[in-house]
Amino acid sequence: MTRTPPEPIQVVKRRRDLALEALISGIPFVRFLGISFDRRGDELTAVLQYSDKLIGNPTLPALHGGVTAAFLETSALVELGWQMLWEEIESGRLDAEHLAPETLPGMPKTIDFTVDYLRSGLPRDAFARARVNRSGRRYASVHVEAWQDNRSRLFAQATGHFLMPVASE
Amino acid sequence: MKPDPKATIAQSFISRLPYAEALALRVDEIGEGSAVMSMPYHADLVGDPGTGVIHGGAVSGLLDTTAGTAVMSHPSEPSGTATIDLRIDYMRPATPGQRIVARAEVFRMTSNVAFVRAVALDDDAENPVATATGAFTVEPGPRPT
Repeated sequence: MTRTPPEPIQVVKRRRDLALEALISGIPFVRFLGISFDRRGDELTAVLQYSDKLIGNPTLPALHGGVTAAFLETSALVELGWQMLWEEIESGRLDAEHLAPETLPGMPKTIDFTVDYLRSGLPRDAFARARVNRSGRRYASVHVEAWQDNRSRLFAQATGHFLMPVASE
Repeated sequence: MKPDPKATIAQSFISRLPYAEALALRVDEIGEGSAVMSMPYHADLVGDPGTGVIHGGAVSGLLDTTAGTAVMSHPSEPSGTATIDLRIDYMRPATPGQRIVARAEVFRMTSNVAFVRAVALDDDAENPVATATGAFTVEPGPRPT
């Protein structure tokens, strides 16, 4: 009886890191805000690196509500895109070594997005994790939680609906 | 056209908000519980490099700021406001290269909460790019002079 040996760790990591990089590197607005993604297996945490330009209320000071909204929406979109891409690269249907904007599956489009501002965003890094509650062929519903110092003290949460890209043949 | 003096005051206030500056937001009109603001097209704000369409997150920044400015312009003169919640409906992609204009109006003002609606338009003013509905806190005024 022959068993396929497990893939070497570097091969697995490289494939997944390349795919994540391909997914987010092409989006200018993600760079403009200073958002990056931490990956643990298939779990993503969005990281908003603090910079002074993200402030909306200089007297408090607090993060601008528009920054919070954009951070949560980006986190939701990337999570959805990542789940689709993960299936493709892990099954071998797509080769992570040759991912380019033209070969990536299309990104979902936001239909609506509702942000619940729970407390003011402090002038420091923020983190967000998105959970896909329903992902159908055409529509998806995603919930996002964002925090700063304390994982259980959210400063914002959001729910959004997304139109899924048409599956290419 | 003579510049609206209230818009000039609001612009100097908005220019002190770093994120509004980063998006290059401009105050076009200030009413009594209403505001018109706009955001120029910029390559940094693109969400989809294939099409050059502005990221929805930048549009929500414009809508949130315009809605908050409408609250501040209300005759009851609140001394401050913060977003409680904001729902954005993305109706269509904004046309690349065009300035996006947001119009916001306070629909109902109570002593603690302002209910605001806003719409974002590009050159095709018949078909909104996005609409927003929000609830905002109202800090009791009048603001200190």
